[in-house]
Amino acid sequence: MNVFASARIAVRALRVNKLRSALTMLGIVIGVGAVITMVAVGAGAQARVAEQIQSLGANVIVIWPGTVNLAGVRLGAGAQASLSEDDAWAVQRDIPLVEMVAPYVRGNAQVVYSNLNWSTTILGVTPEYFPARDWEVVEGRTLTQEEVDGASKVALVGQTVARNLFGEEDPLGQVIRIKKVPFTIIGVLDRKGQTTWGQDQDDQIAIPLSTAKTKVIGGNQAKGRAVGAITIKVREAELMKAAENEIRELLRQRHRLQPFQEDDFNLRNLAEVLQSQEAASRVLTMLLAAIASVSLLVGGIGIMNIMLVSVTERTREIGLRMAVGARGRDILAQFLVEAVTLSLIGGAIGIGAGLLGSYAIAYFAEWRTLLQIEAILIAFGFAAGVGIFFGFYPARKAAGLNPIDALRYE
Amino acid sequence: MADALIETVDLVKDYHLGSRRIHALRGVSMTIAPGEFVAVMGPSGSGKSTFMNLLGCLDTPSAGLYRLDGLDVSHMGRDALAHVRNEKIGFVFQTFNLLPRTSALENVELPLLYSAAMPRDRQARARAKLAAVGLSEREHHHPAQLSGGQQQRVAIARALINNPVLILADEPTGALDSRTSVEIMALFQDLNRQGITVVVVTHEADIARYAGRVLSFRDGHLTHDEPVADRLVARELLDTLPSGDVADEEDLTPEVTPT
Repeated sequence: MNVFASARIAVRALRVNKLRSALTMLGIVIGVGAVITMVAVGAGAQARVAEQIQSLGANVIVIWPGTVNLAGVRLGAGAQASLSEDDAWAVQRDIPLVEMVAPYVRGNAQVVYSNLNWSTTILGVTPEYFPARDWEVVEGRTLTQEEVDGASKVALVGQTVARNLFGEEDPLGQVIRIKKVPFTIIGVLDRKGQTTWGQDQDDQIAIPLSTAKTKVIGGNQAKGRAVGAITIKVREAELMKAAENEIRELLRQRHRLQPFQEDDFNLRNLAEVLQSQEAASRVLTMLLAAIASVSLLVGGIGIMNIMLVSVTERTREIGLRMAVGARGRDILAQFLVEAVTLSLIGGAIGIGAGLLGSYAIAYFAEWRTLLQIEAILIAFGFAAGVGIFFGFYPARKAAGLNPIDALRYE
Repeated sequence: MADALIETVDLVKDYHLGSRRIHALRGVSMTIAPGEFVAVMGPSGSGKSTFMNLLGCLDTPSAGLYRLDGLDVSHMGRDALAHVRNEKIGFVFQTFNLLPRTSALENVELPLLYSAAMPRDRQARARAKLAAVGLSEREHHHPAQLSGGQQQRVAIARALINNPVLILADEPTGALDSRTSVEIMALFQDLNRQGITVVVVTHEADIARYAGRVLSFRDGHLTHDEPVADRLVARELLDTLPSGDVADEEDLTPEVTPT
């Protein structure tokens, strides 16, 4: 007896009790649907974190001024301009693990274009800043070293700024005023999205570091070469830890810190922070999948229950089939195929329910969901496995029946 | 008798009911030749059902020998017995045992599912057997849409599908009215005339008189084994009975090829 004949018999047997079969399948539908939806939610969260890591730039370490201890008085982080451009260039020069450094300053300013104005963040940067952050210029060009050296009044705008100041207009070549200083726009930066802490990275204008310090942000007079922070790109991800240590040592040396003194700067590998977040969201995904799997398991128990009832109800049929020549394994196959048919149809509908569920969550809860083809296949395969596993006991019970007793069963 | 279809030697069957041992069959030796029509009689508890189960290869004896069509089946395993049942025996039951919500045709096909028959042959063969019992018109009817007599005829067609050497009928008329009973017995007699060996288990003496030989059981022993003196011919009897049934008797002439 081949599988197709068995499947046909199975489908007919299931059609006899349509409602019962449908309810039994529902367990599997919910199980498979839940697994797919939950994994999609978890994967969506993971993808978000991964994107944030990407938006930071790969292998990036950020240094910013730290607490300063002045005669026992500890000032807050950033209270002193303890980082300078020279620190940055020293790191570049002395640490081979470092690919590039990008010192920058940051401040807020009101920007005016024709009759529109917009408050935004001004970044004073060097040309290295953009490659260090993996930040593309989508229109126009990037900064040149000459413009930084000559304190040119040129600017690159982020997407949010471009939209708010220019709308549909082409920003290239336009002149904006930042604190009454006119700047010519030479480029538009690519979309970068939000940082982990929710800051819109596209709501920024980048101008040469020198120009920013002298004309816009007004650097610290006492330390004309002070910078707000330094972004450092390391050559390899594996070298991050080593680079971190070398940078810390170099800066401590340059800042003449005694061994007992704290660092007067903060050094943070941001990707590391996010990676722990990613790990957390991965655990969340697994947790969600595990909980959803439980419902699949419950669905399997439902199948077993119904198959046991079915075997009892059809004892005489089993006896008859045996009398006309069915072997134990034929009966086993028949009931197993029936259970698997239930679970496979349930699984197929469950995939549909899972897709629908993911879209519904994405649409109504506005959570990001990401459908994983692996999760779909695994959930479907698992459903089939559940059918075999929970169908086996009832099927074996049927196959083990004595034909005489089965024929006489009332 | 070397060419006996059925040969039993000291057939014993014991059951264990808890710690008690029940001797259902206490040594039965007999032979049935091909082409015989045998009735098995006895009150309940006489061992006739046990004997029937053994003959039908539904069970194996505790001791003794049973040879069916030259094959020693007394020590066969479950799967081998299933194969023998499929190939050599056609069963007819008191309660018909048709699959509900399944067409007559598919009910007749059922044994072929468990044999090596090619799927495309199945339907043609089932159709031929249904025609042989006069139910060509009812191929697609479900059991619930058929009368008792018609259901039993579907069951007989099913029993014939693999061209068995033996038809075993367990109280085949027990659930039928008297006229339909005679019709069914006529069908068995027709089949027997074509060379098929028929064994009918019954507790009705009237029914046993359609057979050519009666085996009587009591307390696990075969007590009487004698030919029927005044054998009834069902077809003749049918002519004298008032036609109370809708069944068209002219269709009932079987065209079964003997094995």
